[in-house]
Amino acid sequence: MKPVLSTRGLSKFFGAFQANKDISLDFLPGARHALIGPNGAGKTTFINLLTGVLPPTSGRVMLGAEDITDVPQHRRVKKGITRTFQINTLFPGLTVLESVVLAIAEREGRAGICHQTVAAQRHAVDEAQALLGRLRLADQAASLTRSLAYGKQRLVEIALALATRPTILLLDEPAAGIPAAESAELFGVIAALPHEVTVVFIEHDMNLVFRFADRISVLVGGAILVEGTPAEIASDPRVKEVYLGEAQHD
Amino acid sequence: MAGARDTAIVTKHTESRAPAGVADGRWHALEIVFWLVPIAAYFVLPDYRILGSQILIAGLFVLSLDLILGYAGIVSLGHAAFFGVGAYTAGLLAVHGWGEPITGLAAAAIVAAAVGYLVSLLVIRGSDLTRLMVTLGVGLMFWELANRAASITGGVDGLAGVTMWNLLGLWRFDIAGRTAYVYCFVVLFLMFLLARRLVHSPLGLSLRGIREGGKRMPAIGAPVGLRLRTIFTIAAAFAGVAGALLAQTTQFVGIDTLGFPRSGEVLVMLVLGGAGRLYGGLIGAALYLIAHDYLAGLSPVYWQLGLGVLLVIVVLFARGGILGGAATFFARRTGR
Repeated sequence: MKPVLSTRGLSKFFGAFQANKDISLDFLPGARHALIGPNGAGKTTFINLLTGVLPPTSGRVMLGAEDITDVPQHRRVKKGITRTFQINTLFPGLTVLESVVLAIAEREGRAGICHQTVAAQRHAVDEAQALLGRLRLADQAASLTRSLAYGKQRLVEIALALATRPTILLLDEPAAGIPAAESAELFGVIAALPHEVTVVFIEHDMNLVFRFADRISVLVGGAILVEGTPAEIASDPRVKEVYLGEAQHD
Repeated sequence: MAGARDTAIVTKHTESRAPAGVADGRWHALEIVFWLVPIAAYFVLPDYRILGSQILIAGLFVLSLDLILGYAGIVSLGHAAFFGVGAYTAGLLAVHGWGEPITGLAAAAIVAAAVGYLVSLLVIRGSDLTRLMVTLGVGLMFWELANRAASITGGVDGLAGVTMWNLLGLWRFDIAGRTAYVYCFVVLFLMFLLARRLVHSPLGLSLRGIREGGKRMPAIGAPVGLRLRTIFTIAAAFAGVAGALLAQTTQFVGIDTLGFPRSGEVLVMLVLGGAGRLYGGLIGAALYLIAHDYLAGLSPVYWQLGLGVLLVIVVLFARGGILGGAATFFARRTGR
């Protein structure tokens, strides 16, 4: 199977600090691909390079056969690559419904319309309400995003990403900071996504990783240590030493 | 039977109602009351029509700054550049033989929009501080340009000899300022309708998205640069129309229309009234100019002291300006 998204020799240096070193990874269509590794391993930087938030120091990012290394972030979203953020990056002063309608309008190229009201965009509003219903946010639709509980705001993170209808969804610690019971529920939402959607996620909770991932890449010190199926990763001695070993010391 | 009818009514009501949580552009009763005030003022305060025209013009100018600062969150210290460009466009047209007011306004809007678009290419780069400096620099450049090109603009002496034709061929611009007042009011109201629709539209939502979550916008696929260029161009056109109104109704263009003090003043009016609410700018303009008029009457020397105190009080005690403070007050009273 051909990868939908791949990197070739991708590196990012901040001065002398090597955040990502020569990363070559393939993401297969429909994969549930986990990126794991200790804090500071360069996982978020890698997401930033994949989505175009940061330009790489060297190396390429390929979408199928197309080189998208120089494509800006918002155009990559149009090509189907969408991300969420580890730290809530929402629209605090917009209602939840407005936020999602905005994402839908941008996807449809209708966000430049200035002669009709937002409420007149009936099918965007309907779609947003349906999406919020799926994420159990219907009751919060008319509330300002900033007034929502933290766990609900994590769901808005996902809702905004889903509203762009991604083919490749990159989730940066989607369950960061929410209780275990809620994080399992949140991953349930992600697991229920159509299988054509490729999901790449960063997650520290190994139970969740091994439950949802069908592919795991381990980053250490900005480089790929090992990559494989969950069974291969679980039995790899280097992973145990570097990653799981470290986790036991915590 | 009665129950079935009630249900039918409820269903119909739900269908026709816009969903809660998005802008539907419906008029609030207070808005209608608000617009009756300048109409009433025309009849009740005939001696204040010239001050009234100034307020209406300033209101339109503040409205244009609100579009970029209040909605998109772009700070500007050079907004008078577009006001002045509009004023000189309309003034020069009239001086050189085309004194028709409406087409003069349209020409001012087009020229100011073109200048606004070019400036936007510089402004959308960089952070708030960069933007402050770029807009400030652009404002100063335009002032100097008008100063140097004295043979065209009249330099520091201003552009005199602006002669206007009758409005719509019917109404002469009279010395008492009756025509000017009605003209300014109608233009402000029509431009306000455009701005009001714009802020309730998907574009307006997108601008608020930039203000509220500039980092998230590209992650949902939004072309932030395009949006900012768009609103900057539109806002410049609004400012240009305001400048043209001033040139046409006072039949003079001073170089101060381009000056930094005017850029600062419009910012103060917006902050005073409350940014990001459209009406805030209008209220701020009215309050500022009325206070100016009143205080200057009390003390021709120290009136700025009074304005300074007013500004400090409002900014310290009413977060979000007068309208922001009022909104907080009423939200507290209704317990929400």
